[in-house]
Amino acid sequence: MTPLLEVRGIDKSFGPVQVLHDVAFSANAGEVTALVGDNGAGKSTLVKCIGGIYPIDSGEILFDGKPVHVHGPRDAAALGIEIVYQDLALCDNLDIVQNMFLGRERRRGIMLDEAAMEEQAQETLTGLSVRTVKSIRQQVSSLSGGQRQTVAIAKAVLWNSKVVILDEPTAALGVAQTAQVLELVRRLADKGLAVVLISHNMNDVFAVSDRIAALYLGRMAAQVRTADVTHAQVVELITSGRSGDLGITQ
Amino acid sequence: MNKVKELPGDAIAAAKTSPSIGLSVRAYAERVRGGDMGALPAVLGLIVLCTVFAVARPAFLTAINFANLFTQGAAITVIAMGLVFVLLVGEIDLSAGFASGVCAAVLAVTLTSLGLPWYVCVLAAIVTGVVIGVTLGGLVAKVGIPSFVVTLAAFLAFQGLVLVLVREGTNISIRDDVIVAIATRNLPPWLGWALFAVCVAVYAGIQLLRARKRTTRGLVADPMSLIAARVGALVVIGGLAVYVLNLERSRNPLLTSLTGVPIVVPIILALLVLWTFVLHRTAFGRHIYAVGGNPEAARRAGIPVDRIKVAAFVICSSMAAVGGIIAASRASSVDPNTGGSSVLLYAVGAAVIGGTSLFGGKGRVLDAILGGAVVAVIENGMGLMGYGASVKYLVTGSVLLLAAGVDAIARKRASAAGLR
Ligand SMILES: Nc1ncnc2c1ncn2[C@@H]1O[C@H](COP(=O)(O)OP(=O)(O)OP(=O)(O)O)[C@@H](O)[C@H]1O
Ligand SMILES: [Mg+2]
Repeated sequence: MTPLLEVRGIDKSFGPVQVLHDVAFSANAGEVTALVGDNGAGKSTLVKCIGGIYPIDSGEILFDGKPVHVHGPRDAAALGIEIVYQDLALCDNLDIVQNMFLGRERRRGIMLDEAAMEEQAQETLTGLSVRTVKSIRQQVSSLSGGQRQTVAIAKAVLWNSKVVILDEPTAALGVAQTAQVLELVRRLADKGLAVVLISHNMNDVFAVSDRIAALYLGRMAAQVRTADVTHAQVVELITSGRSGDLGITQ
Repeated sequence: MNKVKELPGDAIAAAKTSPSIGLSVRAYAERVRGGDMGALPAVLGLIVLCTVFAVARPAFLTAINFANLFTQGAAITVIAMGLVFVLLVGEIDLSAGFASGVCAAVLAVTLTSLGLPWYVCVLAAIVTGVVIGVTLGGLVAKVGIPSFVVTLAAFLAFQGLVLVLVREGTNISIRDDVIVAIATRNLPPWLGWALFAVCVAVYAGIQLLRARKRTTRGLVADPMSLIAARVGALVVIGGLAVYVLNLERSRNPLLTSLTGVPIVVPIILALLVLWTFVLHRTAFGRHIYAVGGNPEAARRAGIPVDRIKVAAFVICSSMAAVGGIIAASRASSVDPNTGGSSVLLYAVGAAVIGGTSLFGGKGRVLDAILGGAVVAVIENGMGLMGYGASVKYLVTGSVLLLAAGVDAIARKRASAAGLR
C-alpha cells in the first residue's frame, strides 16, 4: 500500500543550525501515525515543512505516491492536508466562526455568507462536544487555553481533508476533553483519513496509534508498528535514538 | 464539507437563546469594563466638549456654526477613514497629510494649467493616491522597511513634491464650479430630508432583513427591541441634524439664503457605507482584521499578508486624495500648506480618539467619523473661545496623547482580564 503522505530525505536548516537531517516519514490512510520525540527534536519543524510554512532545503514530499510541491499553506490545504499547530495560530481579535473559516470564507457573490458559516461551525463544535463556550460569536481572546485548542481542532476537521496533522492537540485539555480528542483522532482514521498525532504522552500514543515514528535530534530514529514495540522501547528511542536493533546505527 | 458528527457524551454546544436587550447591554458593559471601550470615549468626549463650548460660547450652538463643523472636519475625517485601514493591519502612515496635499496639487494643476474637465482631474488626483499607496505599501510589505520610516521619508518627500507641483509656493486658485461646490455648497432642504428618509429606511430594512433571515435559520439574532433602539437613535440624531442644517443660517436672508445639508455630508456617508461594507461583509475586510490581529495566523490560513497590507496603504492614500480634494474645494485653492501642518496629526488623532487601536486589529470606519467630530469640535470651539493656534495645538496634542493612552491602557486591562 502506498502511503497517503510520505516525505523522503528532508533537510531543513535555520541559518547555521540544521534541525532536520535526511528525515523520512510516512502516514497511511486509515491509520493514526504517532510522531514522538524529545523537546526540540524537530517534530513541529517537520510538520511546518509539510504544511508549507517553512521551505525545505532538500528532499521530497509525496502525496498519494506522486511528488508534490508545497510552496505555501494554500498548497497544503488544496491537497487536503489540515494542520493544528502547536501554537494554535488563531486571531485573537476575531470570533470563533471567523477563525474557523479564516482564509476560506464562504461567500455569496462578494458578500460573506455569515449564516452558513455559523451553522457549519456550530455543527462541527457540537460534534466536538464543546460545552463551555458561551457563544460561537465570542472573540477568541476571551477563551480559555483548552477552548482555544478545541477551536483549532474544529478548524482542522471542518474541511473535507485527507490528512489531519495534530501537533500536541491535547496539551492544554482536561481529562474528558482529551479523551474526546483521542476518540476523534481514532474516528477520523477509521473514516479513512491519514492522521498524524504528535504527543509526549505515551499512554495516549499507545491508546490510539497504529504506527509510531520517533525523531531523535532531527533524525528519524525508527518508524515501527505500535503493536511491535513496548513502552520502554519507545522511550529509549526518544531519549537515545536507539533501542536494541531498532534506531539509528552509528 | 466534512461534518464530524457528534461524539458520544453530552453534546450541548453554545446556548442558542435569543439575547434580550438587557443581555446585550450587559454584554456591552462587560466588554467596556474588560477594556474594550470602542467608541465610548469619543462619544463621551463629544458630549462633554459640546456642553462646555455651548455654555462658554452660545455662538457654538448656532446653525451656522453647526454647518461649519462639517465642512471644517470633512477633509480630516476622510483622511482618518483611510488611516483606519493602515492602523488595522498594524502599520502607520505618517505621510497621509502630505499625500492629500500632493493629490490636491495634482487636481489643481490638471484643472487650471491643463484645463481638463473636473471629473478627469478628480480621477487624476485619486490615481495619484493609488500610486502613492502602492509605492508605500510595496516598500513596507515587500521590501520590509518599517512603515514608520517609509512614511516619515514620504512625509518629507511629499512636502517637496507639493512645492514642485505648485511651483515653489505660488497659490493655485480653483474656480471650477463643481469642485468648489463639494465643500462649500449645500443640498436643497427637500433633498436633505429625502436622503435622511432613504438612509433610515435602508438601515432599518437591512437590520430587519438580517434578523429575519437569521431567525428562520435558527441562529441567534438581534432582538427587535435592540433594532428599534438603533433605528430610533438614527432617526433622532439624523433628524435633528437635518432639521438644524435646513434652518436659515445666512446673516442676511433677504440677500442670500443659506440653508441645507452641506454636500460633504452625503459624500462622507457614502464613503462610510462603502468602507464599512468592505470591512465587515467581504472576505477582504475579514483578512484585514486577521492580518492586524495575528499576521502569522493569517499567513498560515493562506492569506497573502503582504498584498493585504499593500491594499490597506492604497485605500489610505486614495482616501487621502479624496480628503485633499475636499480641502482644496473648501479653500478654493491649493498652496504648499495644503495637507500640511496639523492635518496628519489631526487625522491620526481622529482615528485613535474614535477607538481604532494603534496596535492593529481593532477599529471601525465609523470610529474615524466620531473621532473626526471630536477634533472638529475642539478646533472650532477653541477658535470661538478666541484661543490662538498655540493653545489649539497644545489641546489637540494632549487629546491625541490621551486617546493613545486610553488605547494602551485598554489593551493592558484586556490582557489582565484575559481578553487578549
Ligand atoms: N524558526 C526557527 N528558527 C530557528 N530555530 C528554530 C526555529 N524553529 C525551531 N527551531 C529549532 O529547531 C529545533 C526543533 O524545534 P521544533 O519546534 O521542531 O521541536 P519539537 O520537536 O516540536 O519540540 P517540542 O516537543 O518542544 O514542541 C529546536 O532546536 C529549535 O530551537
Ligand atoms: Mg513542537
